[in-house]
Amino acid sequence: MESYALLLAATLNAGTVLAIASLGLLINEKAGIVNLGAEGIMLCAAIAGFAAVVHTGNDWIGFAAGMGAGALLSALFGLLVIWLNTNQYATGLALSLFGAGFSAFAGIKYVQEKLPERPHFSIPVLGDIPLIGPALFRQHPMVYLTIAFTAWLIWFLYRSRTGLVLRSVGESPESAHALGYPVRRIRLAAVVAGGALCGLAGAYLSVVYTPLWVEGMVAGKGWIALALTTFATWRPARVLLGAYLFGGVTMLQFHFQGIGVDIPSQFLTMLPYLATILVLALISRNPAWIRINMPASLGKPFYPGS
Amino acid sequence: MTDLNKRSMLKLATLSALAATALIGCSKSEAPAPAPAAAAAPAAASAPAPAAKPEPLKVAFAYVGPVGDGGWTFAHDNARKAIQQEFGDKIVTSFVEKVPESADAERVFRDMVGQGNKLIFGTTFGYMEPMLKVAADAKDVKFEHATGYKSAENLRAYDSRTYEGAYMAGIVAGAMTKTNTLGVVGSIPIPEVVRNIDSFTMGAQSMNPKVKVKVVWVNEWFAPPKETEAATSLINGGADVLMQNTDSSAVLQTAEKLGKRAFGWDSDMTAYGPKAHLGSAVINWVPYYTSTVKEVLENKWKTSPTKIWWGVKEGAIDFVSVASDVPDEAKKKLETVKAGLKDGSFSIWKGPITGQDGKPIKGADGKEWTGSDEQLGGINFYVKGVDGKVPGGDKK
Repeated sequence: MESYALLLAATLNAGTVLAIASLGLLINEKAGIVNLGAEGIMLCAAIAGFAAVVHTGNDWIGFAAGMGAGALLSALFGLLVIWLNTNQYATGLALSLFGAGFSAFAGIKYVQEKLPERPHFSIPVLGDIPLIGPALFRQHPMVYLTIAFTAWLIWFLYRSRTGLVLRSVGESPESAHALGYPVRRIRLAAVVAGGALCGLAGAYLSVVYTPLWVEGMVAGKGWIALALTTFATWRPARVLLGAYLFGGVTMLQFHFQGIGVDIPSQFLTMLPYLATILVLALISRNPAWIRINMPASLGKPFYPGS
Repeated sequence: MTDLNKRSMLKLATLSALAATALIGCSKSEAPAPAPAAAAAPAAASAPAPAAKPEPLKVAFAYVGPVGDGGWTFAHDNARKAIQQEFGDKIVTSFVEKVPESADAERVFRDMVGQGNKLIFGTTFGYMEPMLKVAADAKDVKFEHATGYKSAENLRAYDSRTYEGAYMAGIVAGAMTKTNTLGVVGSIPIPEVVRNIDSFTMGAQSMNPKVKVKVVWVNEWFAPPKETEAATSLINGGADVLMQNTDSSAVLQTAEKLGKRAFGWDSDMTAYGPKAHLGSAVINWVPYYTSTVKEVLENKWKTSPTKIWWGVKEGAIDFVSVASDVPDEAKKKLETVKAGLKDGSFSIWKGPITGQDGKPIKGADGKEWTGSDEQLGGINFYVKGVDGKVPGGDKK
């Protein structure tokens, strides 16, 4: 039992990195912009966050630095694709490659660095409950913040006026423009907010999750986060569920290996991908719903004059 | 899926293929500052050696990872720097990092030949076929391939006996564990890694026969988040001392974070987890690289039909930075084993070796187990004390 409680705890932690990045990308995409640069943004934010913690010793400054780096890079991306109307896919890929190279270059001096002692978190009283305590209440605050943020995002997107405007920009920028909304500025704001969240995910990775800096350490999490928004049909709750599912199956397959289950590890390694695609495909199998949830102008450039 | 998405997927695929080709092939070269004495030396007959200064030997390295991985590639690059220092202006070294183990590698090696390198090191198993191909076309260039098993008239394979380091780590792990459960994060289930897991287990059992070893595979050489997840899972399963055969320091960091113990692998990793670190099994490529460069400079380089396999004896493997709280008994044992490996009086794999079923291990053709290099090269079984089964291997 004890080990399953710890498995659940590890699942929540593993899903958090993916969830933060994926929710950020969801905001982007709801406004009609696909940012394939997520991996590069996360890498740059990972080194920015790591370096900030090395110099200041404060994790939260590290998170802020990561968000700043993410916001900066995505603002650059936003200017290119929104005002200059460059191809979103090509620009995103370029950003992702640039981010990988630049973070490696900027991080040369930090490869051997280490962070101050990592703090342990436990909610008083609740954290001491047997089984449930270690499973749920000894997480990093970011784990709970992510859940709270998801709830807020659902409210924001579907219940608030600003959220409605954001979605309208992603559905039909022409109509939003005709109504007098500054489509390009709204898109930029969404891109910057999404980039900041990707940055937060990168910083969480290098500061809390795998507290180290090595080149390429994000190791594909950015791409998984991108895929997750699509498989979750752009629904925040499903993104969170998908992220936990992916984290959970990843941990579960290691757990199976550890207890010596007789399944080839190569098969187990692909399980997280398989299970996530399968489950999300099943819950969103209604094509009409996909069409409703997918921003109609996703990836399309907008020319205000036309 | 809509049309739009199909189209964007296609675009994505083409672009990423383009990007991948663009990524490789940024090479860096480091030449020593020219010795002022040699440059200013008048052509005096009294000093014939510097006067008849030949062209420096160009030596190139192809690495699979980034030099900043803090592990495997880092160790190779440290050795490259060391030989550059050692030979001064007699050689010029350069390297290309992150060369994929694919057809792209061949292009990198051809490029190195084209740039006039006369000695080329390829430091991962997957370069074997590309190097053989290029070696066949560039007979005047000497090729050195790490961890391979094929050779040619101008190509030879070299390796280090990493399992000796794993065995020494096992000694410490066996003495330190309180739960009698050790965990290993494996990369890819090839004989080298399986051999290291077995050696680690035998080392642990030499101190503590009750020890059990759990293994999880991440099926990648370098993936810090996955290595972290694997290590967490092992710790959750009761392991209190971890070992890894992957290329980053993530496992040690995870142990540090969760208050458990672990080892450094390939390079000295003390700095990554000062509280968790029990010692580092390090590879020192300097002796081999030094002797190879010397052979080429003196025109004494010869190919070898079998791989040149160096260990503690040749100074290629060591176990360093042992933690202060390791019991004296284990420290003493480490010294004995090291001395035994050095003078050849001790051999880890000589046998008899007990398999998972408790029966002695036999050689591939049913012959007696001797622990020959050939038998070691094909190990695909776990020894007694390891849980589970080698993925794709046979249970013995």
